Amino acid sequence: MSEKQTLMGMNGDESVAYATKQVNPDVVAAYPITPQTIIVEKLSEYVADGEVDYEYVAVESEHSALSNCVGASAAGARAFTATAANGLALMWEITFIASGLRLPIVMAIVNRSLGGPINIHNDHSDSMGARDSGWIQIHCENSQEVYDASITAWRMAEHPDVLLPIMVCLDGFTLSHTMENVLTLPDKVVSDFVGEREFITVKGHMGETELRLNPDVPLTFGPVDLQDYYFEHKLHQIDAMKQALKVIPEVDAEYAKISGRSYDLLHPYRMEDAEVAVLGLGSTMGTVKYTVDQLRDEGVKAGLVKMRVFRPFPSSDLVDALKDIPAVGVLDKSLSLGAPGGPLFEETMATLYHLPKKPLIANYIHGLGGRDTGPQLIRGVFESLLEIKDKGEIGDPMNYVGARP
Amino acid sequence: MASIRELGTDQKNYWCPGCGNFGLLNGVKRAIVRLGLRRDQVTAVTGIGCHGKTTNYLAVNGFHVIHGRVLPVATAIKLANKEQTVIGFAGDGDAFGIGMGHFPHAARRNPNITLVVHNNLIYGLTTGQTSPTTKLGHVTKTSPRGAFEEAINPISTALASNAGFVARGYVGEMDHLVDLMEEALRFRGFALVDILQPCVAWNRINTYDFYNKRVYKLGESGHDPTDLTAAYERAEEWSERIPIGVFYKVERPTYGDNFPVLAGEPMVRKKLDSGKVAKLISEFA
Repeated sequence: MSEKQTLMGMNGDESVAYATKQVNPDVVAAYPITPQTIIVEKLSEYVADGEVDYEYVAVESEHSALSNCVGASAAGARAFTATAANGLALMWEITFIASGLRLPIVMAIVNRSLGGPINIHNDHSDSMGARDSGWIQIHCENSQEVYDASITAWRMAEHPDVLLPIMVCLDGFTLSHTMENVLTLPDKVVSDFVGEREFITVKGHMGETELRLNPDVPLTFGPVDLQDYYFEHKLHQIDAMKQALKVIPEVDAEYAKISGRSYDLLHPYRMEDAEVAVLGLGSTMGTVKYTVDQLRDEGVKAGLVKMRVFRPFPSSDLVDALKDIPAVGVLDKSLSLGAPGGPLFEETMATLYHLPKKPLIANYIHGLGGRDTGPQLIRGVFESLLEIKDKGEIGDPMNYVGARP
Repeated sequence: MASIRELGTDQKNYWCPGCGNFGLLNGVKRAIVRLGLRRDQVTAVTGIGCHGKTTNYLAVNGFHVIHGRVLPVATAIKLANKEQTVIGFAGDGDAFGIGMGHFPHAARRNPNITLVVHNNLIYGLTTGQTSPTTKLGHVTKTSPRGAFEEAINPISTALASNAGFVARGYVGEMDHLVDLMEEALRFRGFALVDILQPCVAWNRINTYDFYNKRVYKLGESGHDPTDLTAAYERAEEWSERIPIGVFYKVERPTYGDNFPVLAGEPMVRKKLDSGKVAKLISEFA
């Protein structure tokens, strides 16, 4: 039975902030950067209004923001920060420290294109640049998903089988600055759901202890780890990512009981008999859904697959969703310059390569630097896929839609 | 030689009406004109923040860099082409927050460049959060109970970092600002000009009125700019009277002077002697 909920008008940034207020972590490191700034401003207001009791630290750069979270999380605290674009790029060094030290930090990424040239609008070049850093990545389609993920992320990150930091990704401006209706749970329900942070037990300098800095039972975080054990510690992270594929749906299922909203790693829509389908991330998938409905009304067998969890990559779900589809278009809102294709396209190709019978797969790069992706553009993608399906072959799989030739 | 008109561009200006940046930009243009420089002889480097648009509005060589990295880029441009007059522009956040790591090193390294700080004591572009120069007690969006971290003092920080030229200007004293800018650009070595520049949108404390009531000119007060101790004392003044002008000015060898490879022609015009390189490589063969 889901709990009584309150409908609130909030943009994506406010949804992150409101959920984080309800979670009431221990430490928030704040440094402003467009389009994330609203999050840390709201979190500051909550402190001023006495609604929360987290330590709010206005640091001097993003590198310091994530370092601050690393220190806090190692000391056993729940630590939160938020950033975008070049802010995440400046954090890059520390993203690997956070995951390598197995610190379950939660960070909102308000996706913005990475300069240069300087651009403040949305694409996925920032979080895609961090895809190998060992963080779980959840991509949200709308502010409701943002709110929900900002609560469930803590349980996923802190699960003893996982212990990995999480990025909750939302598209800059499209979500961050656009007001939507968001159903919110009562404070008590949220705080009961997230509970207290769990710790695993490890062997310390003075015997067994919880994995956190505690002067009574000392531990060292981040010492040198060379040819002797570094490799094995990386294998542990690989295993943690595998475990996360099990834990994330468990946490989502538990959350569905209180919220009535269920989520998947991968969300298929009208895929039962689809002949052409589009795979993608984030807010664009709302526009794809709208287009799929229109095309279905016109008799076109179109479908979509929204990837909500990009790290860990939900390979087996993806195989199930796409294996029988004749033509698949992969939407990438970022580039991997010099690579065969966009990041999502490449990983989809790698995942489906081993199938005896596989779809024809084309890549559609769109929306770079905030370029609008409207229904007409998505319709064009489906038309291109129908042509591929009819011909039974793909020429050049790379398409740059919405760009001047 | 460039004129004021030629130093402008046709770009639409997005600064708020009344922003101190307008006076600052005008002051820089006037100083360039006074020095008789051509547009191609000047390079401007800007960081992130409202000031960053300066490279859109000033028709000289320009490089709009990432947040906090004005000084490394400006230093390198000067090393590559010492004939350029290199001016770095940064806000108080860019210079003394995210880019603070570079500031003392540029000062002690002493490249022959000028750093102009658009110091409005607030984060303006991100709409009014506490900056590293925000004064104690100032209520901002990130300090609703008042800032409780001590502010960076750009002047005493520069002095402690062995900067050779340390000055403060105010956009409400334009002729004085132009004199300061000219003196800084003529100075041989690292010059800091920290400029008090009201943010009319987000800083309601450090306004034109606030400064007009407080600023006085060091040049008219008997201050000796070669006296380091006196400079430190003046640097501490703020609440009642705020000094503007040159706090400290002592020339010492620049980074280039002590680096033999930089002697003679600018690096950009030096030819790579492939014979010498081949000989060097053969030594390790």
